Amino acid sequence: MIQKKFEGAEHAVSDMEDGSTLLVGGFGGSGLPSQLVAALVKQGAKNLTVVSNNIGAVSDGVAALISNNQVKKIICSFPVGPHADDLIDRLQKGTIELEIVPQGTLAERIRAGGAGVPAFYTPTAVNTELGAGKETRVFDGRQFVLEQAIVGDYAFIKGQKADRWGNIVYYKTQRNFNPVMATAAKVTIAEVNEIVEAGELDPENIVTPSIFVHRLVQVQPLDKGEVLVNE
Amino acid sequence: MSKEQVIGWSKHELAARVALDLEDGWFVNLGIGIPTLVADYIPEGREIILHSENGLLGLGPKPAPGEEDPDLVNAGKEPITLKPGGSFFSQADSFAMIRGGHLDATILGAFQVSQLGDLASWKLPNSPLGRVGGAMDLTAGSKRVFLCMQHTTKTGEAKIVEECTYPLTTPRCVDRIYTDLAVIDVTEEGLVLKELAPGVTFEYVQERTAAPLKNQLQTIGAIQ
Repeated sequence: MIQKKFEGAEHAVSDMEDGSTLLVGGFGGSGLPSQLVAALVKQGAKNLTVVSNNIGAVSDGVAALISNNQVKKIICSFPVGPHADDLIDRLQKGTIELEIVPQGTLAERIRAGGAGVPAFYTPTAVNTELGAGKETRVFDGRQFVLEQAIVGDYAFIKGQKADRWGNIVYYKTQRNFNPVMATAAKVTIAEVNEIVEAGELDPENIVTPSIFVHRLVQVQPLDKGEVLVNE
Repeated sequence: MSKEQVIGWSKHELAARVALDLEDGWFVNLGIGIPTLVADYIPEGREIILHSENGLLGLGPKPAPGEEDPDLVNAGKEPITLKPGGSFFSQADSFAMIRGGHLDATILGAFQVSQLGDLASWKLPNSPLGRVGGAMDLTAGSKRVFLCMQHTTKTGEAKIVEECTYPLTTPRCVDRIYTDLAVIDVTEEGLVLKELAPGVTFEYVQERTAAPLKNQLQTIGAIQ
């Protein structure tokens, strides 16, 4: 019988190795799998390459991994926020590498990675610092840059509800990077508020199909009205 | 800002002026800062569907105090509401809308804009960090790019220039510039001043603009 549920986030992340590439969902605090991140801080894997849109918007996201010196490279679109001080400190010391990627290019590089497409052309960042040095090509008179796919060893995603097979539904803007990151890792670990029996989710409403999800962790939902954004 | 510069539109008046040019049925993305205020001034009788890059169409006004939902936020990560007819989707779908040319307009702020419509909005020169977010995708993909910004920096330097000295967001992407002083179109023939804020003269705007302006003043709301 398929059983993807792990008892506790610490068990779900226990085998993560040094040097792994990790995709972390969320947009600021919304849709952030913060209990998986907290478990990885305890677990202590180092030299991680972390792909996540925002760094430093909240203290319980990727910023916590940076503060704990577990990260060698960050790939993100927005490395700014009230909790970015440790990132700036480590950039100045040269102990961490930062790759800034336009947000849509970041999403599409991950989408391509999950879809088995190694690279694609995009109009974004043509003739800018972020497009510099990349291969370009003209289609229909317009210039495009070649961007390469991103795949992870692990993805941490946050969903509202999963079933035993690993199908996932989301809640409002919590969805953001989570469905696309779920497709692009060898091991996708989903942090959800509730796990139900297969068949209990409406198949018309499933956003992330079970094939993309390998491990499930059920966590206590936040109290309604508790706003973590811009803490 | 020095006292003599406190003329022209306030931030809210500027947002209201931008909103006048949004047409019924348009899909529009609003950037962080003054552009966010545009949502509060959509003219009566027009349905504008607002897009938020984090995966939402049909963005509504701010929730009442106590009604905030941490999982219903805009691109600035501020609590918002969803209008009837609104929808949620992933970041990949959101940027397919953006990059795929489905948005009628994107409205955002700027550090600098050139007379050719080059935009610099994501990084200060020599800064190790940049905050690109969705700005490059939005300005490369939207049908229209409108800037909504203060005419000069806080220290009075021109933000509208012959050539940007800051790192570019997207070259030649800006269609129209709304500032606290004026509405300026970016055209093949250069920058064209179309409208002045109350009490502002063409000469006053030109003095604060580091690129030549053509004067084609029109009545408010008559711009095509």
